[in-house]
Amino acid sequence: MTDVRIAGVGLTKFGSHPERTGRDLFAEAALAAREDAGVSRDDYEEIFYGNFMGELAEKQGHQGPVMAEAAGLDCPATRYEQACASAGVAFRQAVAAIRSGAADVVLAGGMERMNNLGTAEVTQSLAIAADELFEVRAGVTFPGAYALMARAYFDAFGGDSEDLAHIAVKNHANAMHNDYAQFHREITVDDALESPVVADPLTLYDACPITDGASAVVLVSDDYAERRGLDAPVSVTGSGQGGDKAALQDRPHLARTPAATKAADAAYADAGIGPDDVDVAEVHDCFTIAEVLALESLGLYDHGEGVGAAARGETTRDGDLPVNLSGGLKAKGHPVGATGTAQIVEMTKLLRGDHGNSDAVPDARVGVTHNAGGTVASAVVHVLEVDR
Amino acid sequence: MSDTGYDEWLAAIADGEGYYLACPDGHGSLPPRRSCPHCGAAELTAEPLPETGEVLTFTEVHVPAPNFADEAPYVTAIASFGPVKLTGVVRDLPADEVDLGTTVSVDVGTNATTDERLLVFRPASE
Repeated sequence: MTDVRIAGVGLTKFGSHPERTGRDLFAEAALAAREDAGVSRDDYEEIFYGNFMGELAEKQGHQGPVMAEAAGLDCPATRYEQACASAGVAFRQAVAAIRSGAADVVLAGGMERMNNLGTAEVTQSLAIAADELFEVRAGVTFPGAYALMARAYFDAFGGDSEDLAHIAVKNHANAMHNDYAQFHREITVDDALESPVVADPLTLYDACPITDGASAVVLVSDDYAERRGLDAPVSVTGSGQGGDKAALQDRPHLARTPAATKAADAAYADAGIGPDDVDVAEVHDCFTIAEVLALESLGLYDHGEGVGAAARGETTRDGDLPVNLSGGLKAKGHPVGATGTAQIVEMTKLLRGDHGNSDAVPDARVGVTHNAGGTVASAVVHVLEVDR
Repeated sequence: MSDTGYDEWLAAIADGEGYYLACPDGHGSLPPRRSCPHCGAAELTAEPLPETGEVLTFTEVHVPAPNFADEAPYVTAIASFGPVKLTGVVRDLPADEVDLGTTVSVDVGTNATTDERLLVFRPASE
């Protein structure tokens, strides 16, 4: 099996850019990744592109060809839709294309434009990732769905809103060192606890913002990197995906995300590592409770132990296992269909040493990314390793 | 819009004749289904839904989607009814009196925003 290397990465600044078209956002990220990679235009063989709500935000279906043009490339391009895991799934398919020998050079990425819609419309648009018959019609919004999981978690394992507030505080602090993050503003536990209730027990600061942005990654085969003398020290060594019932009501446990456990187990086995080998993680904290569920599904914490990890200082910048050094979805922002590959961009830079927070993990060798769709009815986990 | 299978199920609940689908291994699911989502068995039979359920988790939603604009704040809950769990909006019970373990019955109400039918939970008469 061919080894996969990351030759280049690119991001737009995440934030509110309601006037910018999706194609312009993706162009910026893709061109940045191409420049970082330094690969000849003619060598790109395929584009794997993630987007969730393009029909709703821009009335644009069939986005693959539109985004290939935007990226300045002349090759087939396919859009993947898997809610907030769209780009993670696209990246996983890109990895598979290189591993199989079908391609030597591909571009993976994602884009989401959201702020041209109002908050109410965005809330409605995001809700379509839930089960329409049994959840959306019963008033389940996305914050509502995670609130249902948060209350079930507190009941099953303990923990409280203050524990969750520490996660928001940590991720806002991390984003201070990330030029691409939506927020550059430190917050306190009291700020979080006193913010308006969105869906109790979750408040505004438990939730990620509404974000416009794009991300892109150039993947190459090990052989190609060697032949061309590319500087590509980060490899993708593990890839896994898991699935679950779409609706929370059809799952046996409301405070666990087994799809992510399946994805992690597969990715770890693929890479030949275990959770103890992980030095740094980027996880899908669309809500603070989601970071908790992610840490536990990744096997980094036992069930019930993840909720206090930030408050105990274990997952902070100076902790033993820094989590979401990018600022996470919470503070870096969450352009939903771009997030999966944005996590890959952040992890690649953290490991190769050119991220604003790389100094927090100077010896890190193994990084893991966790990207989730819906209430983790879909999960994608990747293991990245750097040559040291 | 009509949704065959789901519409009949809601109508049955409204008539006090709610049901769920059971496979030979006893897994429960809700229509429309052609196979058991838990084990794949194709032989599904309709079984009566228990009259009361127990709230497993809930949230009071303060920021609604447009389809619930006139309902907010409202409480959405997941409650267990024997082998199935249902998701519905809690009616006839103040938000601060909803708790884990609260016993509810299931009914069909009307969404005040869209005028569409809506699965609702009401406090069960003891």
